[in-house]
Amino acid sequence: MSSIREPFSKGASLAHRLDPRAKVVVAGIFAVQMAVAHTYVAALTGMVLSLICLALARLPLKKVLVRLLVVNSFIFFLWVILPLTYPGEAVWRFGPLAASRQGLLFTGLITLKSNAIMISLIALIATVSVNTLGQALQKLSLPGKLCHLLLFTYRYLYVFEEEYHRLVQAMKIRGFKPGTNLHTYRTYAYLAAMLLVRSHDRADCVRKAMLCRGFHGTFYSLRQFSWKRRDGVFLAVALPVLAALLFLEWRIPGLM
Amino acid sequence: MSEPLIEMYNITFAYPGAPRPVFQDFNFQLLPEQHVGLIGPNGCGKTTLLHLIMGLLKPQAGRIVIFGQEVSNERDFVGVRQKVGLLFQNADDQLFCPTVLEDVAFGPLNQGKPPAKAIRIARETMEKLGLEGFEDRVTYKLSGGEKKLLSLATVLAMQPQLLLLDEPTTGLDESTRHRLIHILQDLDIAYMIVSHERDFLNHTVGKCCHVHATCCRSD
Repeated sequence: MSSIREPFSKGASLAHRLDPRAKVVVAGIFAVQMAVAHTYVAALTGMVLSLICLALARLPLKKVLVRLLVVNSFIFFLWVILPLTYPGEAVWRFGPLAASRQGLLFTGLITLKSNAIMISLIALIATVSVNTLGQALQKLSLPGKLCHLLLFTYRYLYVFEEEYHRLVQAMKIRGFKPGTNLHTYRTYAYLAAMLLVRSHDRADCVRKAMLCRGFHGTFYSLRQFSWKRRDGVFLAVALPVLAALLFLEWRIPGLM
Repeated sequence: MSEPLIEMYNITFAYPGAPRPVFQDFNFQLLPEQHVGLIGPNGCGKTTLLHLIMGLLKPQAGRIVIFGQEVSNERDFVGVRQKVGLLFQNADDQLFCPTVLEDVAFGPLNQGKPPAKAIRIARETMEKLGLEGFEDRVTYKLSGGEKKLLSLATVLAMQPQLLLLDEPTTGLDESTRHRLIHILQDLDIAYMIVSHERDFLNHTVGKCCHVHATCCRSD
């Protein structure tokens, strides 16, 4: 649950002080470009760009690495499977198994791309608190329902976490020790079901409380974002760079 | 004598699947400027009564008249909720905005007040309750007592003519309880409090009523 605590959202670096709207737009475009990139040149350039953003955010490097480790633990499985299953010229054989050159290159590309996206998101999006992010998305005219889904999920995540800990404690004080047996599975199933039922009840209560305060389907935001010169400069630099990245991707022929 | 704030006639209400109704031919009246405590064992219908008044639950039979107007459908109750404030038992149900100021301003904004005015009302209400400086705090990080006072602020910010409080003292420490008593004593509107704490009610209400299935009997 550590990422819910938003360890990166507080700071005074340049990346922290930029207007969240500008950061959301740039990070969004960059993520899409990276996701569809199919050349090493574009992926490497993207990696360099995201590292520059990370440097601007001046985040504790150790914590960033821990987060990247989580993503890369998924990518590890790609390294195990993809080279062996991707058709192409074999570079390494082990009995009936053969790793293809194309498979290795392809997995390397995926690793680069996903890390570049993650690093840019950590530098640009994780430096905004979720609450501010929700409001920034709203200001960017994203569907209100989606923004509120984000804000409500975030608000009540804490309550559910608390509720979860309460239930776990209630289990512990009555001597529950998890093991590999039916009793454990059943208990965990009860726990999950209880959380589900309670969250449904809670949602109902919140709805009633909102009705009592005159809610009629529209949210009003009090937050005013102020667009500063540095935000303009940031966009003026970032957008041409993203365009150049697109050009790179388009002009350089694909890897495979 | 002036017109009652709340009149309930022959109300019948049962929760789906419950063996017997909570209220059967229930009659009740609240007069202006009255401060009433509602008491009774768990499950006798205290909270249900408040939710019926707010239109959160609909009775199966009977008439409800609030501020002299009969209310029956959702549209009528939308009007009631502008004038009657309900403080929920659990503050986490009531506070859902990211920051304190936004939460207090939520009601006034829904009432159609422009943002600047909503912020002013919110600040004034918070000041009255001794919550200055809380504006930018994040709601879920407050203590239990702070959450309770804040949810009272969110209700009072709508400037209700009648306040309903559902077990406001649950989980409060001694000093917050005293603050709450002072706040209530200074209010110049009618209110009803559901509580199990006799001592708290003695300080805040003029009379206590036992909630029964057919009526509220004076203590």
